[in-house]
Amino acid sequence: MVSGIRWRGPVQAKDPEQAAILTRERQGEQLRLGFSGTWVTETLAAEETRLRRCLDARELAGLAQVQLDLGALQRLDTAGAWLVCRTAAALRSAGLEVSIEGVQEGHRGLLDAVAARPDPAPPPHALPFPLGLLARVGEASLALAADARALVGFLGLTVVVLLRVAVRPGRVRFTSLVHHMEKVGFDALPIVGLLAFLIGVVLAFQGADQLARFGAQIFTVNLLGISVLREMGILITAIIVAGRSGSAFTAQIGTMQVNQEVDALRTIGLDPVEVLVLPRLLALVLVMPLLVFYANIMALLGGGVMVWVLLDIGPDAFIRQLHNAIGLNAFLVGMIKAPIFAFVIALVGCFEGLRAGGNAEAVGSQTTRAVVEAIFLVIVLDAAFSVFFSVIGI
Amino acid sequence: MAQEPVIRIQGLLTRFGSTVVHQDLDLEVRRGEILGLVGGSGSGKSVLLNTIIGLRRPDGGRIEVLGQDMGRLDPAARRRLSRRWGVLFQDGALFSSLTVRQNVEVPLATHTRISPGLRAELAEVKIALAGLPPDAAHKYPSELSGGMRKRAGLARAIALDPDILFLDEPTAGLDPIGAAAFDSLVAELQRALGLTILMVTHDLDSLYTVCDRVAVLLDRRIRIGTIEELMTDPHPWIADYFGGPRGRAAEGAHARARAAAEAGG
Repeated sequence: MVSGIRWRGPVQAKDPEQAAILTRERQGEQLRLGFSGTWVTETLAAEETRLRRCLDARELAGLAQVQLDLGALQRLDTAGAWLVCRTAAALRSAGLEVSIEGVQEGHRGLLDAVAARPDPAPPPHALPFPLGLLARVGEASLALAADARALVGFLGLTVVVLLRVAVRPGRVRFTSLVHHMEKVGFDALPIVGLLAFLIGVVLAFQGADQLARFGAQIFTVNLLGISVLREMGILITAIIVAGRSGSAFTAQIGTMQVNQEVDALRTIGLDPVEVLVLPRLLALVLVMPLLVFYANIMALLGGGVMVWVLLDIGPDAFIRQLHNAIGLNAFLVGMIKAPIFAFVIALVGCFEGLRAGGNAEAVGSQTTRAVVEAIFLVIVLDAAFSVFFSVIGI
Repeated sequence: MAQEPVIRIQGLLTRFGSTVVHQDLDLEVRRGEILGLVGGSGSGKSVLLNTIIGLRRPDGGRIEVLGQDMGRLDPAARRRLSRRWGVLFQDGALFSSLTVRQNVEVPLATHTRISPGLRAELAEVKIALAGLPPDAAHKYPSELSGGMRKRAGLARAIALDPDILFLDEPTAGLDPIGAAAFDSLVAELQRALGLTILMVTHDLDSLYTVCDRVAVLLDRRIRIGTIEELMTDPHPWIADYFGGPRGRAAEGAHARARAAAEAGG
């Protein structure tokens, strides 16, 4: 007879209060796995690998019966109970006769609860590499097209409401309008002014540096005047407004949407577009040209200070040169874009806010989207304007 | 055998500015019981819960959890202690960027060194214990109903086989059938895992069916006892609470259910 093989070694050194202990006793066709000590989540990591090794096909060769002895267990939790159940199931599926012995009264409920686990569901099917990528590109494109369509739809809706209100101007909410004009216009003055001033400084500095090589320093003023009035003033203002007011619109309306305030408006019979969107849109459209004008002046001021310091062109000479360099057209080209960009920024901000649905997380992601979309559209429109103006020769 | 309380609070003081929420508050939670915590809106039930689990520092008094003084623990000891309890927040508070199974694996991965394979299996066991279908494991919280989110939150709370389970309004927002199912799930888990449970609740049915004792947070302090004991309390709020139309209805339903169980058994 083959005598029992025991695993000893490090096992003996373990403290049964702190560690899971597995003993293994084989006699002929019988295997006895003894679980003792503390089989809880924290302790069983080490013994798990040993237990797995016991299930190795080579180890199981020639066995017919396995007993799992839980009699000497001190503590057991669901993790330990799961290991026992898993081991038993694996042995049974290997065609062995398995018995669990010495189950203590306190552990029975745990073992039953764990054993009742249904088979796990397979993870959701994912497409293999090139197909999955293709599918995601396709989904994203379709989503983009749907978004664009929805935005155009919202544009139509807003215009309809705008016309309806234009017929009866009494329906405009003046308190709300003035409030938003203050928020998006007056409150933006410091940041818009500072940034425009700095942009003027930078433009003058870079221009002077390059033009000085041809001895054409005086044309720094032309460069400054044209670029600020036609492009930089409006673009800087639009980007700041998109970042601070467009995002605020999305966050405000999105929060109201999540709190179901928008639904409440609808049930009371108020049109959310008229109550929420229109005051913001009108406020921004009215205020944006003023902001752009202010930004233009600040940028010219910054550039003027810089050319005075760098090139010694004083205020008199600066203004004279500016007069020669730019006509009314340059100014108008910049200003005419202001209400249009304002309209786009407010439209996108309100649109994304109204589309925030479900949870607070959506407000954050919609706000990000609104800012990115607004800046994207502003720059695309600006490019379109450039092409248009060059075609008509302004 | 004299049972050492699992949670012992002595003389707790909680203040928000000049508003005193708890004063000289004492509470003992016994091992293996389900204790319901009730109180009017704004009486500081959730604040008390947050104070016990250490999200908020008490302004005075002493809190012992599992025999350790919360005020004197260093961060490492507090971390070790925190794995011995699980918390179910009101709407589950699941991590929205993770699937349910990954949510349940977070405490396991943080506090233990078990292999990823076993971790996933254990997470699935907990998900099943919380009464969720197996295919819920791969879903994101946003794809689940409110009741399922609570169950998923419960699965995460029991991930480490805690000694204590804190439940914050577990049946709020559930329909009566879902609420009753959740109550029986809580009772079942308590039996199977030997948990001590402290639940904040407004649900009178929960109080009658699963709670062993009830703690009422009233006038900044706790009155505790079984429902029968509390019914004899002369305080008008308690009398209104248990003696009001909803309280009587819950009591009647509970008495009928028990009579039916006795007749059937």
